[in-house]
Amino acid sequence: MTQEAPTSTLDLAAEFLDRRTPVDRVRGILHRYPAISPAVVLVIAVIVFGTINPRFFAAANLSLVLDQVSVVGTVAIAQTLIILTAGIDLSVGALMIGTSMVMAQTAANNGLPAPLALLIGLVAALAAGALNGLLVTRVKLPPFIATLGTFNIFIALTLLYSGGQTVRKADMPELLTWTATALPIGDVRLTVGVVIMLALYALVAYILGRTAWGRHVYAVGDDEDAARLAGISTKKVLLSVYIAAGAILAVAAWIQIGRSGAASPNAGADLNLDSITAVVIGGTSLFGGRGLIWGTLLGAIIVGVFRNGLFLAGVDGLYQTLAIGILVIVAVAIDQWIRKVRK
Amino acid sequence: MKLTTRTSRTLMATFAASAGLAIALTGCSTGATPGGDTADDTIGVSLIVKTNSNPFFVAMQEGAKAAAEEDGVSLTLAAGKEDGDEDTQIQAIEAAISKGDKGILITPNGPAVLDAIEKARDAGIYVIALDTVPDPADAVDITFATDNYLAGEYIGEWTAAKLDGADAVIGLIDLFDDKSVSVDYNRDQGFLAGMGIDLADEQVNGDEESTGSYSGGTYEIVGNEASQGAEDGGRTAMENLLAKNPDINVVYTINEPAAYGAYQALEAAGKSDDDVLIVSIDGGCAGVGQVEEGIIDATSQQYPVKMAELGVQAIAELVNDGTKPETTDGLDFFNTGVALVTDQPVDGVESIDTAEAADLCWGGE
Repeated sequence: MTQEAPTSTLDLAAEFLDRRTPVDRVRGILHRYPAISPAVVLVIAVIVFGTINPRFFAAANLSLVLDQVSVVGTVAIAQTLIILTAGIDLSVGALMIGTSMVMAQTAANNGLPAPLALLIGLVAALAAGALNGLLVTRVKLPPFIATLGTFNIFIALTLLYSGGQTVRKADMPELLTWTATALPIGDVRLTVGVVIMLALYALVAYILGRTAWGRHVYAVGDDEDAARLAGISTKKVLLSVYIAAGAILAVAAWIQIGRSGAASPNAGADLNLDSITAVVIGGTSLFGGRGLIWGTLLGAIIVGVFRNGLFLAGVDGLYQTLAIGILVIVAVAIDQWIRKVRK
Repeated sequence: MKLTTRTSRTLMATFAASAGLAIALTGCSTGATPGGDTADDTIGVSLIVKTNSNPFFVAMQEGAKAAAEEDGVSLTLAAGKEDGDEDTQIQAIEAAISKGDKGILITPNGPAVLDAIEKARDAGIYVIALDTVPDPADAVDITFATDNYLAGEYIGEWTAAKLDGADAVIGLIDLFDDKSVSVDYNRDQGFLAGMGIDLADEQVNGDEESTGSYSGGTYEIVGNEASQGAEDGGRTAMENLLAKNPDINVVYTINEPAAYGAYQALEAAGKSDDDVLIVSIDGGCAGVGQVEEGIIDATSQQYPVKMAELGVQAIAELVNDGTKPETTDGLDFFNTGVALVTDQPVDGVESIDTAEAADLCWGGE
């Protein structure tokens, strides 16, 4: 082919279409590193709230925010796994509360030793997760519908099992509320619960990023049919995701008991939706196949920062709800825009 | 997607199992007395509470069941899925109308329920509101309730007396911040009124001056936070209030679970029991236990079991001999009573101690 200057109309058109504007470049970066947008939002929020009320910057306050999001942050790990497979789980909160009641009651009312109570709670959570998984893989219900149903079932079972009664920490062995113990490092209050949450994030990040199973989860979420044709056992992957979610929710239940100093069937009123909020703000795509688990952590922290920061700024509680709503819409809109990137 | 026979069989099995489970669960939880095709002279009453998950309403249900057995009333129980769920209550009211119930006892979850109540009254059903006076009060035939404002006043007066002239740095932990319900503002505003603090609008929380004087000295209100009436919300609310001002020495809480959560936060922040006064309302057995343990310093006790019992009896009497219940003098509802419970009595404010309260309390533990 001769090398000549591009003079034909077709060549000019091709050159025009191939050019990358700065906007395209930003989009490309966000596509490759989806956790950047929530990170930027978090930094801006921290600076703004700290300027409005310097109390916000206190080490004790910032570590408090981490503690406040320790439960929803852990629940959001489970939600992230499921959303990565292009599913959604509306029953996470109910599952977690039910598990916390099982742990607390078997220890307090049936007198079982704490490790056994925790184990039984874990088994209950795994079974509940498996129920969700089976409804999605065997009965082939859309995850939204399946978990809508199980959400109601778990709530009813929890109320029947607990009789609406709360179990308080005075009646429980100490191990059950161990997650509330603080490791004093100067002014910072780092609770065991926060450490467990961060460790769980690191573990899941490793599994998602470096194991075959992790890659399969992304593949199934990105395009289930293509994954199946590529030889991935999609049913097994989906089922294992829901069961893994159950295990993570059992850990969240343990952290919840620590923070409340009690196991109550009334707790976690907003957990279902709050976990989805954290995942979405964190940059994980609701359509599956894309997102970093660390983004979810940022998302959860952003929600906590907004609530705490707005309160310290003296803003009415209603505006906190408004702000979170706007954040969610902006996050999903950015996600839509990122998806349009041309490779 | 084509359904294989294996999938459709699994589908059928799941449906059958879920239907069976649903029927079994409904049978267990509604507690409807058996023998639906009874003669016309059995008095049918529906008790519709806000939610099953709050021990306060569970206690009401127990009280109603006991009274129903005594008075030969056929009782149907129903509850919203959560505080604020109006739709389930509306359905229960419509079911009561179709069933031909003579009376409805209800703790309304919101104003939309009042429209359905009007339909029930048009159909000749006598409707008694429990626990909360609806707005307007004549939306129902009569209300059997605690005077929540008075309950707040008792703990407010106690706090003012207990402070003995010290500066009050007050944190207010309410129920909601995104809806306005009468129990929420009545208790909060009653507490502030009991302390002698000026209320701007006594149906609105959080509109008071943030500094000023109470009956015994100067006060500062740090803020209002919502707790959803549960332990975890109470903890988060207290933490946020402390972050704003670590010198809080008075904490008002909407109910005892929120107070318990607030206590966890105070303990975690290193505050001692002597530094902070926590006051609450409800008087459940668990709450009375917490007053005894020192977690809560004073609480106003109310009597939900009595409300439900009196409600069932009133319907029975109305049907049997036509006597209608009457409101307490000076109030637009029948006052089922409230008492201040504390082990630290102060002059000028009547109270009962935890031992006495334990005999009168409702709920488990």
